[in-house]
Amino acid sequence: MANDRAKLTFWLLLAPLMIWLLTLIVLPHLGMFLVSLREKVGVREYETSFANYAVFFNEPLYWNTFARTAYMSVTATALTLFIGFPIAYYIAKLTRGRTKTTLFLMCLIPFWVSELVRTFGWMILLRETGVISNVLQYLGLVGGPVEMLYNDAAIMTGLVYTSMLFMVVPLVTTLDSLDDSLIEAGYDLGASGFAILREIVIPHAMPGIVSGCIVVFMLSLGNYLTPILLGGKDSLWFTGLIYNQFITRFNWELGSAFGFLLLGLSSLIVFVGLKLSRQSLGKTMAQT
Amino acid sequence: MPNTPDLECRAISKSFDDFKAVKDVSFSVPQGTFFSILGPSGCGKTTLLRMIAGFQKPTGGDLLIKGNSVLEVPPNKRPVSMVFQHLALFPMMNIGANVGFGLRQRGVNKTDIKKQVERVLERVGLGGVADRPVSSLSGGQKQRVAIARCMVLEPDVLLLDEPLGALDLKLREHMKIELKQLQSEFNTTFVYITHDQSEALVMSDQIAVMNHGVFEQVGTAKELYYEPATAFVAGFVGEANRLRATFKSAEGGLLQMVTPEGRALGGVDAGQGLSPGETVEVFVRPEAVRLSRNAADVAQMGNTGQGRVENILFNGANSQLILRDQATGAEMNMALPQTGEFRDLERGAEIAFGWDPQQTRVYRSKGNAHGK
Ligand SMILES: Nc1ncnc2c1ncn2[C@@H]1O[C@H](COP(=O)(O)OP(=O)(O)O)[C@@H](O)[C@H]1O
Ligand SMILES: [Mg+2]
Repeated sequence: MANDRAKLTFWLLLAPLMIWLLTLIVLPHLGMFLVSLREKVGVREYETSFANYAVFFNEPLYWNTFARTAYMSVTATALTLFIGFPIAYYIAKLTRGRTKTTLFLMCLIPFWVSELVRTFGWMILLRETGVISNVLQYLGLVGGPVEMLYNDAAIMTGLVYTSMLFMVVPLVTTLDSLDDSLIEAGYDLGASGFAILREIVIPHAMPGIVSGCIVVFMLSLGNYLTPILLGGKDSLWFTGLIYNQFITRFNWELGSAFGFLLLGLSSLIVFVGLKLSRQSLGKTMAQT
Repeated sequence: MPNTPDLECRAISKSFDDFKAVKDVSFSVPQGTFFSILGPSGCGKTTLLRMIAGFQKPTGGDLLIKGNSVLEVPPNKRPVSMVFQHLALFPMMNIGANVGFGLRQRGVNKTDIKKQVERVLERVGLGGVADRPVSSLSGGQKQRVAIARCMVLEPDVLLLDEPLGALDLKLREHMKIELKQLQSEFNTTFVYITHDQSEALVMSDQIAVMNHGVFEQVGTAKELYYEPATAFVAGFVGEANRLRATFKSAEGGLLQMVTPEGRALGGVDAGQGLSPGETVEVFVRPEAVRLSRNAADVAQMGNTGQGRVENILFNGANSQLILRDQATGAEMNMALPQTGEFRDLERGAEIAFGWDPQQTRVYRSKGNAHGK
C-alpha cells in the first residue's frame, strides 16, 4: 500500500516536468520533423521525401550560413570563456563578503532590461552617428563618422555581452568550491601562477567551464535578435534563415528541415566538445 | 658555517589592522630539530607559520633560513615546505602526481620523477600506490602522502600546521610516534604547531609555548614540565592545581604564603623575583600530592590539608581523584595511586593530603591570566 502511494506521489510530482517536456519539446519537434519530410509537388499535394534536406545541401548560401553560424558561435563561446574566467576567478577567490555579492549582482544588471533594449543600447553606441563615433571625432582621432555596426565584430560583441552571465555563474560556483589551501600548497611546492592555473584551477573548474560553454554556445547558436540587429540584413545567421522560411516565404517545409539541421548541429558540437574535454554531461550537470 | 640554524626569526611580528596577532617573536631552530609551537587556539600559531612559509608578510622583524633573509623570497622559491591543516592533497591528481608535483615544477625529467616518487613513497611505507587516486587512502595514509609530497623536495625546513587535528584519537596516538620516526629518519628540521600538549611533549626536541602572540617559554618538554617560567605555561603544559594566595615572607629560599581563607602555604619562587605583599598564583602538579587516610602520615610534608572526595575518575594507572579542600573550598585534582591502598575509597570520604613546598611553584598573579 505504502509503496503504491509512494509511486503515485512520485509520478504526480514528475507530471509537470513530463507534460512540459512532451507538449513543448517532443510534440513540436515531432511535428516539425514530419513537416520537414513533406515535399510540395503541386497545389496542396505533398509527398514524403528528403527533398527539403537536399535543397539545403545543394544551395551554397544555406551551407555557408550554417557553417558561419557554427563558427561564430564557437568563437563567441571561446571569447566569453576567456573574458569570463578572470572575472569569475576575481569574484570567487579574490573578494569576499559584500564586495563579492555586489560584483555578482553587477553581472546580473544587464538582465534587468530586455534583450531588445540591451541590443538597441549597443546600436546607440556603435552606429555612425552614435556615441563612440562622435567621441572619436571629437578627440580628432578620425576624420569623419565611423560605422561600427553591421559587421562581425559588432555581432560578436553583442553575443559575448549577452552570454557573459551564463558563463560567469557556473564558473564562480565551481571556483568557489576550490579550497584556497590547494592553491597555496601549489605555490608552496614551487609552482608558478601559470602552472597552478593549468594543473589545479582549470582541472577543478572543468565542470563549470563545460557547462558554461554548453549554455553560451546554445544561446549564441539560437540567438536571433542580436545578430539581426547588430549585423544588419546581411548578418547571415542561421536562425534568420529559418525565420525567413517560416514567416517571409511561408515555406514551412524547408524551415522545419533547417530547424532540424540546427538541432543536429548543436548536438554534434556539444558532443564533440564533451569528448574533447573528457567530461560527461551527467558529471558536468551534477557538479554545478 | 656548521652552526647556522636552519631557521631563525628575529623579533618577527604581524598585525591585522590594529590587532597584533604575533608580537616580536624571536627563536632559532638548529638543523635536524623537531621544534613545536604549542599554544591555545587563536594565539597566532598559524599566522607565524604562514609568515615562515611566505604566505603572509611580517609587519616587522626578520626571517632567516640557513642564515639568509628570505623576507623578499616568494613562497614558491622558499626552501621550506608546508603540510597543511587539512593536508591540501590535490584531488584532481593521483597519488604519484601529487608527490611528483614539486619535482615537475622544477623541470626534473619524467623517469627521475617516477623513481624519486616511488622511493619517497616507500620511505613513508606506501610503496606501489602511485597510480591510485587520493580518495582511496585512509586518513593516516593521506597524512603520509602529504609529508612525502614535501619531503621529496628535500626542504631545509618542513612546516606542519596541526596535521593530526583531523584524525581520530587512536590514529593520532599512532601518528605521533610515526611522525617522530619520520623526522629522525629524514633528519629534516620540523616546525610543528599544535594546541595539543601531549603531541608537543611526546614528539619535540624543543617546544615554544605561545600565548596571545608571544612566546612565553622555549625549552625541552622536561624543562617546560618541571620548570615552567610563567603561570600560563604552568597551567597549560601538563595538569596543575592552581591556588590563589598572598606572599607573606621568604625564609631560606622558601616562600611563605597565605590563602584568602587563612591557610598557610610554602612554595618556591619560579624565578620572577616576587616581593612580599604581592598576590600570587600557586601551582602544584596532581602527582606531587600525597594522599593518606591518616592525617599524621602527611603532617610533616609542609603543605597539608583535609578534603572530601568529590569524584573518582578511574583510568587504570592514570586514575585521578577530585576532592574539595575543607579549608579553602577549592577543588583539587590529584593522582590516585593504583597500589590497592585506595581501592575502596568512595565518593564523600574524608581524606588527608599533603605535598612538598619544593614541588610548589609560585608566580606573580596577572589578574585574569588563565590557562586552558
Ligand atoms: N587574515 C586575517 N585578518 C585578520 N585577523 C586574522 C587573520 N588571520 C588571523 N587573524 C587573527 O589572528 C589571530 C591568530 O590566528 P591564528 O594564527 O590562526 O591562530 P592559531 O593558529 O593559533 O589558532 C586570531 O585571533 C585571528 O582572528
Ligand atoms: Mg591554526
